[in-house]
Amino acid sequence: MRALTWHGKHDVRVETVPDPQIVNPRDAIIKVTSTAICGSDLHLYDHTIPTMKAGDVLGHEFMGEVVEVGAGNKKLQVGQRVVVPFVIACGQCFFCKQQQYSACDNSNPAETADMSEFLYGYPMTGAFGYSHLTGGYAGGQAEYVRVPFSDIGPIVIPEGIEDDKVLFLSDILPTGWMAAENCEIDSNDIVAVWGCGPVGLFAIQSAFVLGAHRVIAIDHHPRRLDLAKTMGAEVINFEEVDVREALVEMTGGIGPDACIDAVGMESHGFSADSVMDKVKAAVKLVTDQTHGLRQVIVACRKGGRISIPGVYGGVTDKFPIGALMEKGLSVKSGQTHVQKYMPQLLKMIIEGKLDTTFLISHRLSLEEAARGYKIFKEQQNEVTKVVLKPDGVTRH
Amino acid sequence: MSEPTSATAHSDAPLTAAKNPNPAAFNGEGMEARKHDVLIGRSVTIDQPRDKLYAFWRDFKNLPLFMHNIRSVESVSSRVSHWVVEAPAGKTVEWDAEIVDDEPGALIAWRSLEGTGVRNSGRVEFRDSPDGRGTIVTVTLVYDPPGGSVGKIIAKLFQKEPKVQARQDLRRFKQLMETGEIATARPPEAAPRA
Repeated sequence: MRALTWHGKHDVRVETVPDPQIVNPRDAIIKVTSTAICGSDLHLYDHTIPTMKAGDVLGHEFMGEVVEVGAGNKKLQVGQRVVVPFVIACGQCFFCKQQQYSACDNSNPAETADMSEFLYGYPMTGAFGYSHLTGGYAGGQAEYVRVPFSDIGPIVIPEGIEDDKVLFLSDILPTGWMAAENCEIDSNDIVAVWGCGPVGLFAIQSAFVLGAHRVIAIDHHPRRLDLAKTMGAEVINFEEVDVREALVEMTGGIGPDACIDAVGMESHGFSADSVMDKVKAAVKLVTDQTHGLRQVIVACRKGGRISIPGVYGGVTDKFPIGALMEKGLSVKSGQTHVQKYMPQLLKMIIEGKLDTTFLISHRLSLEEAARGYKIFKEQQNEVTKVVLKPDGVTRH
Repeated sequence: MSEPTSATAHSDAPLTAAKNPNPAAFNGEGMEARKHDVLIGRSVTIDQPRDKLYAFWRDFKNLPLFMHNIRSVESVSSRVSHWVVEAPAGKTVEWDAEIVDDEPGALIAWRSLEGTGVRNSGRVEFRDSPDGRGTIVTVTLVYDPPGGSVGKIIAKLFQKEPKVQARQDLRRFKQLMETGEIATARPPEAAPRA
């Protein structure tokens, strides 16, 4: 089959690789009809995530048709259309039983789980196409993909709903939703969102659905700020104004009740500390650039809530622990428990309460995937989301 | 290094968590250990009844399913078994072990017989998790590293350190018991046995 493979920094290629096969009883094979490039794929593209190997198949946002089902899967049937969560979860461990699917104890193979246990104290879950830290599972930017524990993850899509409406159930829609849910929004709340990429935009939409009074969006790409505006957010361009100053004034001196860091570890900033982070990252003293998160913590109101859907992987310094403690902030974070949120979000899509198609700026064939990465990386103002169609057919 | 610790007197943690444990402290609990043996311990909670976990483990021919450095375990008699384990450079190490304690649903303890391969002993305990989360499985192993401390370094270079091996084996045991399969990203011909 054809698949997008990783070979090094800014080097991804569409190549012919072996077709996936059923390995375990609960596996299924999916013929991919739509797959997207995620902002977090750019971390792999930039090679800021360790444990990548040349030839790894990328992609963790995908959907398609079930073409083969393992003997142990009593739920899926060949021919069904499914969206697959990026998190691989067993459904039977302590964490899955509490719907904390992204903490699944059983989906990361025993050998690769050692790395995250060493880094984070406990082994982390498996995921598609996202380095060997998460298991080294081949991803979905391909014609076919093997889906482990396929009786737990994939959600069946009713007939008549086109791919583009439901594809983002795989990651960024539930990630934006969980980011807003983690804000514990009250009806009088003002929510500030750093980053108007896909997750930030979905977090804005979700915050309004969850009852936020106002949402203030922060970015520097005019087109992305315009999208935020069309969703009802007020906007701040951080190249124009001082963000904390603006938030103080726009909230009558109180500050936002909840703040979402939808940027993650490669935040753009123009202050001395971000330069320092870059230098330290270059000499491998510090891995994560956290300028955005520092600003989030300082700008949040006293007693406010911080939600971090943005991806971080390592350690940082100059963390404003004083502001966090003295102001009594609470923080919620984590990879998304996709399986938990999929059914309710699919229902809201069908009912027209959530729309995801506005985000897609580019639809390319799988063969054009490398160009998709390049433009998503280099033209962030224009390219808000790239969706790849491996079979070149738009499905309904 | 200071004198090895025989008990974590000021902690509630098990001896296996001590910075410099004295494995000989386990003698008399069905294990046979000396002061400079290597001591390994690891616990995992498995959401299955302890009788089921005990029964699967007690049927030693099941062990190679999740213990990937074990080539085979064969029963010689009701209490004695013969173990063949992979060693560096494609070689194997073999020994006979006898069961010294066996409490159905709760405990299996064993030690190698005099004059065989690698002197080692160990125990696996199955306890109900007090909070209804399943069974806490605790493995404790002590062994005399082949060739002493130099042998231990060589073993680390050429094969998985036993501590790493035990950790990964227990993860696979949990996966197999909870999900019915062993997680892998490898193609079928290279996948782990399950």
